[in-house]
Amino acid sequence: MGTFLYNSSIGKKLVMSVTGIFLVLFILFHMSMNLVAVISPEGYNMICELLGANWYALVGTLVLAAGVVIHFLYAIMLTLQNLAARGKERYAVTAKEQGVSWASKNMFVLGTIVLLGLCLHLLNFWSKMQLVEIMGQETNSLGFGPADGAALIRYTFSQWYYVVVYLIWFAALWFHLTHGVWSMFQSLGWGNKTWYPRLKSIACIVATIVFLCFALVVVFYFIQSLCGGACNL
Amino acid sequence: MNLTLKIWRQKNAKAKGAFETYHVENISPDTSFLEMLDILNNNLIHEGKEPVVFDHDCREGICGMCSLHINGHAHGPDSEITTCQLHMRKFNDGDTIVIEPWRSAAFPVIKDLAVDRSAYDKILQAGGFISVNTGGVPDANAIPIPKADADESMDAAACIGCGACAATCKNGSAMLFVAARVSSLAKLPQGRVEGARRAKAMVAKMDELGFGNCTNTGACEAECPKAISIAHIARLNREFLSAKFKD
Repeated sequence: MGTFLYNSSIGKKLVMSVTGIFLVLFILFHMSMNLVAVISPEGYNMICELLGANWYALVGTLVLAAGVVIHFLYAIMLTLQNLAARGKERYAVTAKEQGVSWASKNMFVLGTIVLLGLCLHLLNFWSKMQLVEIMGQETNSLGFGPADGAALIRYTFSQWYYVVVYLIWFAALWFHLTHGVWSMFQSLGWGNKTWYPRLKSIACIVATIVFLCFALVVVFYFIQSLCGGACNL
Repeated sequence: MNLTLKIWRQKNAKAKGAFETYHVENISPDTSFLEMLDILNNNLIHEGKEPVVFDHDCREGICGMCSLHINGHAHGPDSEITTCQLHMRKFNDGDTIVIEPWRSAAFPVIKDLAVDRSAYDKILQAGGFISVNTGGVPDANAIPIPKADADESMDAAACIGCGACAATCKNGSAMLFVAARVSSLAKLPQGRVEGARRAKAMVAKMDELGFGNCTNTGACEAECPKAISIAHIARLNREFLSAKFKD
């Protein structure tokens, strides 16, 4: 019992699916949290205070990190096996199959971009917030308090290149989710001809909402920085 | 029609293959693709050259022997047909047609365009059957089966095991083939009994033979000459996972 989770193809896909569902749920939570930063920076900092280096936030962080690590390690394992199964000789001519999405064939590349973006994001925010608290310091390298998330957002997205990089990151996530969100149901065995159009629509809607809400915060703070406080958005 | 053919030639499984270019002339648009290759081979024999090896048998789309990756598509550019059902009217005069064998680690090239698809037979032997006692012939329709189930089973049973799914899949996955076999039997009372054992045994054999993992691209369904739905893959996932969780 349980060995099928790493030595059978369908078991490995189950692990990808379950960790995927978990990560999607986390992204939806993170997205909702970010929206508060647009409505009220003070409210956002209250959430940051709540999610400091408390035991539950630390446990949550560890579980989340495990989710990301397992999802990525399994992706590497599956991709290597798939490359080997494809064989050394490749087709000289390939054509697009009808109805097959570009994202579905590039999940590993898209996932790698998402992971690289995550590394940058951890450097931009996590290392200046929760990590500072874990280290027992009062202020981060920028001189902000570790729970002053709003100031950190304002600082980061006043720099145009971060805005561009983050938007590229969200775009990769959008593509990844358009396939991932319906595919995770298929891997669990939940899918049929009636449900495929529905699941694919849901995937597209979820991916688009995630993209728009994350992008909103970035663009909102960038525009605000351009006004230099003159326009009260 | 006058055509230029770029065909993969490979002496044997170990030899290094390469494309060779051939020209065929005065081909009727009503010639089938395989007849066109027959004409090419006839010319080659007359010229004292080695004919091109390709698999074929029934030539009516039901045996699953013909294969060929034509201009980037398994079984050619038309949908829901096998290569033997493809006709030259689907091409234009003066076209260059690139013909390759199935490319998948589990389907090694035997010679030229013929590949070894016995891996599919081995998966079938692992569990693609039902156990019945010998004896008198049972009455037809003695066991009532809902029409929807019978239809679903028949749709899956349309699989001819040609290998287009694994040949098309970017992961070299045989999931559509295995799913079709598991699904067609699982939807019928006679096959239901051994459902869990069958799903486990066939998936284990598929993994052992070096086929890849399904990433739900749906390319297999798009290229399948019988348009087997990936809904059967969902059913295989259910069958396999529920069997494993019961263990």
